[in-house]
Amino acid sequence: MTSIDAGPADQRRDTRPPAAGSAQTTAPGATATRPLLEVDQLRVHFATPAGLVRAVDGVSLSVRAGEVLGVVGESGSGKTVMSRRAMGLVGPGTTTRLSGTVRYDGTEISALPPAELSKLWGSEMAMILQDPMTSLNPVKRVGEQIGESLRRHLGLDRAAAHQRAVQLLRSVGLSEPERRVRQYPHELSGGMRQRVTIAIALSCDPRLLFADEPTTALDVTVQAQILELLARQQAEHRMAMMIVTHDLRVVRGHTDRVVVMYAGKVVEAAPTRTLFAAPRMPYTEALMNAVPPLTGSNHAVLRVIPGRPPNLLAPPPGCAFAPRCASAQERCLTEMPPLRSAADLAGASPGGSAAGAPAGGPAPAIAGTPDDHVYRCWYPVGTEAGDEARRTNIERGHTAAGTPILAEAV
Amino acid sequence: MTDLVKDERQNKTGASSGPGGDPGASRHVQLRDADDVVLSVEDLVVEFGVGGGSTVHAVSGVSFDVRRGETLGLVGESGCGKSTTGRSIMQLPKPTSGSVRLHGDNLGGMPSGQMRRARRKLQMIFQDPISSLNPRRRIADIIAEPLRVWGSSPDARKAKVAETLEAVGLDPQLVADRRPHQFSGGQCQRISIARALVLEPEVLICDEPVSALDVSVQAQILNLLEEMKERYQLTMIFISHDLAVVRNISDRVAVMYLGKLCEIAPAVELFDRPRHHYSSLLLSSIPSADQDATTSAARLDRSGGEMPSPVSPPSGCRFRTRCPAATERCAVEEPLMRQVGDGHFVACHHPLEVAEVVASGAEGSVERSADGTPDGALRPVALEGV
Ligand SMILES: Nc1ncnc2c1ncn2[C@@H]1O[C@H](COP(=O)(O)OP(=O)(O)OP(=O)(O)O)[C@@H](O)[C@H]1O
Ligand SMILES: Nc1ncnc2c1ncn2[C@@H]1O[C@H](COP(=O)(O)OP(=O)(O)O)[C@@H](O)[C@H]1O
Ligand code: SF4
Ligand code: SF4
Ligand SMILES: [Mg+2]
Ligand SMILES: [Mg+2]
Repeated sequence: MTSIDAGPADQRRDTRPPAAGSAQTTAPGATATRPLLEVDQLRVHFATPAGLVRAVDGVSLSVRAGEVLGVVGESGSGKTVMSRRAMGLVGPGTTTRLSGTVRYDGTEISALPPAELSKLWGSEMAMILQDPMTSLNPVKRVGEQIGESLRRHLGLDRAAAHQRAVQLLRSVGLSEPERRVRQYPHELSGGMRQRVTIAIALSCDPRLLFADEPTTALDVTVQAQILELLARQQAEHRMAMMIVTHDLRVVRGHTDRVVVMYAGKVVEAAPTRTLFAAPRMPYTEALMNAVPPLTGSNHAVLRVIPGRPPNLLAPPPGCAFAPRCASAQERCLTEMPPLRSAADLAGASPGGSAAGAPAGGPAPAIAGTPDDHVYRCWYPVGTEAGDEARRTNIERGHTAAGTPILAEAV
Repeated sequence: MTDLVKDERQNKTGASSGPGGDPGASRHVQLRDADDVVLSVEDLVVEFGVGGGSTVHAVSGVSFDVRRGETLGLVGESGCGKSTTGRSIMQLPKPTSGSVRLHGDNLGGMPSGQMRRARRKLQMIFQDPISSLNPRRRIADIIAEPLRVWGSSPDARKAKVAETLEAVGLDPQLVADRRPHQFSGGQCQRISIARALVLEPEVLICDEPVSALDVSVQAQILNLLEEMKERYQLTMIFISHDLAVVRNISDRVAVMYLGKLCEIAPAVELFDRPRHHYSSLLLSSIPSADQDATTSAARLDRSGGEMPSPVSPPSGCRFRTRCPAATERCAVEEPLMRQVGDGHFVACHHPLEVAEVVASGAEGSVERSADGTPDGALRPVALEGV
């Protein structure tokens, strides 16, 4: 268990070869070329009395063995629905329409019957949710809950399961594990409960862990402990992890790669460092700018994003971010930009004019299959086209969508 | 009380000119004698009786003051008593003991009519913008309500409501007749701010006003609060567990732990040079890409993040069960506030000192490391011999 991999998250990221070298990803079936989880053109639409809610609208992404993928976006952008669908927790229903595929370790799981899927649960994939209380059974002792999972998946007998439960609680940093196994969830604090759910999630050594806002309900000191715990376990078990969060500082400090979601779609994906060094999508840049800084003088005027996310019942044509975007041009209002990389752009006509890539040009990119930086924008930040679009809007005092350019928004 | 503490007080002038002329005002070094102190809280204690004869010590002797136009940030983990402090300033509920003075007048000692008039000058906004607004009422009525209580004419009310809605960035024509559920969280927070401002308060207490909002909307509300502060010359108490938010909006920041104040200092100073071990733990808990903050936070915290119960807080320093620098003294003697820098006060027996340059030995302390990064390494230094 102790290895150089067990170091802190940053150290781990510094030392890992960029393409998840096979030396460190020895899990069977996991190679540098085939991701552990592949999500392709995922759609989840809900039929509601008010109309069709396109909660997830064509998301493609992948997670490699041993990798931590962050999924960020504003409330309602589809993070939770997307990750629940990827885990197989959202099934088809009279009001739920699904399409797209999810492959785990090369096998398509999106079409598996629940019984087949549940075999993967615990041993291959596990999850942690924001509110630990919802995933714990309030009337069962902590030890029994962990033991159940161990008996079911590993076939341990009662005594062995109990012993292993104590061990697991100790490994997640819970004090007095012998006493804790006999306690009920409500007798524990929020941070302790989250440690218990992590212990349960890790009990069968899953290769993929989904964590939806795992620390949002916790205090900053407890959050630090839990994130550190996850990073350590992830490194020790060479587990792949998908962390869904709205906290950009968590993403920056604890992920290898990031997917930014907006209105049910991936709008940008890149290795974490690349993304923070040079965001391309005006939305990503705006999100980063809105976070109060921790350096410099206080009373900095924060750069706001005007308006709010679009109504998913009637998303605007063209780029969904256009009504709020400081760079928006006429083209953004009518044509939806594809998800492309700088390489795609270079292959297409040069980006200076409103021409860009021909519509329906390059095949839709998968959000970061390789360490590509992809984005869904006609006028990316930091490009000539992007600079010019921004300048044009500042000069005319408003964007093509008619949104006034506020000094504090650019 | 040690000699050291008395020495530290020399920067205070005579007791007689303290707020309200109360000699007690100089018992706490962190309280100032300035003429423009608007709000002064002294020895605030709030206890709640819970079943079985036990008592929750939610706030246990907190003292601070706020000058006109100043924003005081209040940070600490959930349950440390931030909201209780804010509410007891409003006298909701009245504190168990201690005083809250507005321009020197003790709110607690006032007859109720006078208290109600004084309390008009204090307004509060809360975390959950939607549930703090009455869902059945029109926005215009929600905002006019406080004016009605104070008996202004319908026309004056209408004009004032419109003016205030404009001020918080809402179009009175569009919103006045609608109801809260028709608005987003950010818009509801604007409405709450308008409702708080309509009586032209002097002091605005904000309890986690942006914690429930997305970062994009959060920025809008934070900018709005700064604007309103300017426009209405507000004095603010800003309660939050989000350290970056507090750093940006506050002039000074007070750190609370388990019902007590640990440290109070100018905002940037506190973040650059925390002196209390708990402040340091809080700051090192901020997720960061540049340093391995989380491991250091995990290492700093001996308890795995558990705050003891406020029903039976530890003796001496309340942080000692988690403090890596705790000594026997910390268990028996409660640390008092003392001055460690310009406007910087800390309640700790062994405050952190800003690190000295290791290579150059005794060349004196530096506050910034060679490359100019603001977070020089910190090490504990006992002050007894200083
Ligand atoms: N069962 C459902 N029926 C109809 N709409 C739904 C359903 N579940 C989710 N939605 C909608 O789908 C969209 C995406 O929701 P989701 O919970 O994935 O957002 P999120 O990005 O996780 O947000 P948050 O940050 O608030 O957790 C939202 O508009 C939500 O209201
Ligand atoms: N009405 C009450 N009855 C009993 N205990 C209370 C009451 N209100 C607050 N407390 C307790 O007082 C302490 C401080 O609470 P609070 O001021 O809400 O903390 P914070 O705002 O810092 O999270 C907590 O332990 C809380 O549970
Ligand atoms: S520039 Fe156009 S395409 Fe790019 S984010 Fe803005 S509106 Fe969307
Ligand atoms: S007084 Fe003692 S226990 Fe408290 S913070 Fe200082 S060193 Fe730690
Ligand atoms: Mg969610
Ligand atoms: Mg509170």
